Amino acid sequence: MTTSWLQRLLPARIRTEAGNKKAVPEGLWAKCPACSAVLYRAELERHLEVCPKCNHHMRISGRKRLMAFLDETSREEIGEKLAPVDVLKFRDSKKYKDRLSQAQKSTGEQDALVAIRGELKGVPVVACAFEFGFMGGSMGSVVGEKFVRAVDAAIEHRSSLICFSASGGARMQEALISLMQMAKTSAALARLSKQGLPFISVLTDPTMGGVSASLAMLGDVQIGEPGALIGFAGPRVIEQTVRETLPEGFQRSEFLLEKGAIDMIMDRRQMRDRLASLLAMMTGRPAP
Amino acid sequence: MNLNFLDFEQPIAELEAKIEELRYVGNDAELNISEEIARLQAKSRSLTESIFANLSPWQISQLARHPQRPYSLDYIQRIFTDFEELHGDRHFADDPSVVGGPARIDGRPVMIIGHQKGRDTKEKVLRNFGMPRPEGYRKALRLMEMAERFRLPIFTFIDTTGAYPGVNAEERNQSEAIARNLLVMSKLATPIICTVIGEGGSGGALAIGVGDRVMMLQYSTYSVISPEGCASILWKSSEKAADAAEALGITSSRLQELELIDRVIEEPLGGAHRDYDATASKVREALVAALDELSAIPLETLLEQRYGRLMGFGNFTEV
Repeated sequence: MTTSWLQRLLPARIRTEAGNKKAVPEGLWAKCPACSAVLYRAELERHLEVCPKCNHHMRISGRKRLMAFLDETSREEIGEKLAPVDVLKFRDSKKYKDRLSQAQKSTGEQDALVAIRGELKGVPVVACAFEFGFMGGSMGSVVGEKFVRAVDAAIEHRSSLICFSASGGARMQEALISLMQMAKTSAALARLSKQGLPFISVLTDPTMGGVSASLAMLGDVQIGEPGALIGFAGPRVIEQTVRETLPEGFQRSEFLLEKGAIDMIMDRRQMRDRLASLLAMMTGRPAP
Repeated sequence: MNLNFLDFEQPIAELEAKIEELRYVGNDAELNISEEIARLQAKSRSLTESIFANLSPWQISQLARHPQRPYSLDYIQRIFTDFEELHGDRHFADDPSVVGGPARIDGRPVMIIGHQKGRDTKEKVLRNFGMPRPEGYRKALRLMEMAERFRLPIFTFIDTTGAYPGVNAEERNQSEAIARNLLVMSKLATPIICTVIGEGGSGGALAIGVGDRVMMLQYSTYSVISPEGCASILWKSSEKAADAAEALGITSSRLQELELIDRVIEEPLGGAHRDYDATASKVREALVAALDELSAIPLETLLEQRYGRLMGFGNFTEV
């Protein structure tokens, strides 16, 4: 806010009120980063953070996504008490401990994965979603353990598994322990598969590194959200290695579909219906 | 500066140069300088011992990448017999940064899979600096599944900076190639013994690193990200690599403390590259011991234990 000569003249109390007034419309309106359309916040939420004008898929918090995705009845959260510990006393420019408490405060989550058992149009499912706002959705011990518990719950209740990934990869602050979460989560998926239970992996923006190179690429059905960045190495790392500019659309969902890495690209707003229908077929149920 | 020595080894290099010089002089001098040479040799040895007793994680990562460090084929040649290298993933290409095939150890048939770096410039390029593309991992997968069919225990040798970060590798789904190996190795019905011999670079290392026993050579490293990569992301400067190496705890001794690996194989004084044969015989002894131990376990129990080991990875609390 620019301070005008008029504001400088006003008494402090009045200036504060002026500041408050300005904060209200900020929460009411949002701007689409792709088409710059000014959108009514409530409408954007109804559209699950997809721009109603240009279909641009914005990031959505993990919990919000699951709340909108699952049936409203019979929800049960899995591993909600799991919390991270800093066994390595890792410290870079900041302490890992401080990064954790900051992320916990800003997201309201204990760590970067939310898992809920419930139903999808009557089909029993366990659904997990990464919280990208929590240290870039990075996978450390808690994410690994919670994912395994989600798999175990799916096996115990003969449910299908769905995971919405959004992650920069393994969490550096847990060093090799986080690398091992790749093996841990993949091993659990081997058991799920042996039980004949389906796993649908939904790749959202972004799904990179250690998460992409483990649980996220092991779905029976692989689905990308429109325009999502998906890959093993980050575009900057690749650019430094090959020393050339990357082709347009490289590592986007559309690119992966063309290369045969994913089965389809799906609009977020259609996922409830279409995933319920897919899972019903895969588990021999009547159409939901 | 002697290029056979790393920067922290330069005092040793200077002593060694002096010894060489004296030897040269000794040939045509009347003076008996063999005593002096012996004295300097003893000094060089104790200097090496004191330097190597206090290596920092960053210095160890220099050793793990030493250009003269033995690579997979150097070990295969010294430890195994009857090795027949098998090539190709049957879909796209043969990736020379991964080598593998059946061989015998102590007369027992086994399957070997290893990362392979190149020694000279030409071979380095051929082997893509030891950075596999998806077809390398898919070749490894093919050989591992074959090993399961024919009941061959698997030995893997890990030595890579990481999976190749390139456009073509992404086009052929590097992520899936790595992920698939992790999934399959977790349930493969045959003993798997993994040894980190040089660089254990992240997912590219783990993709042949899931097993019943994971061992590391004393001066090898194993990390979720290279110290340089970590430094440039978290410290915003790759010059902080030494700090990152320290924080990441990438050394064999630290990882054994954390119970992420089972055994550390000691290296000769000055590192594996100072004596290939001595190192190989230490590795051989460790491999045979692990194989004996695992062969005695019924397959079903072995697989339960492997799964339990994987599930045990991680530190967390419940609030």
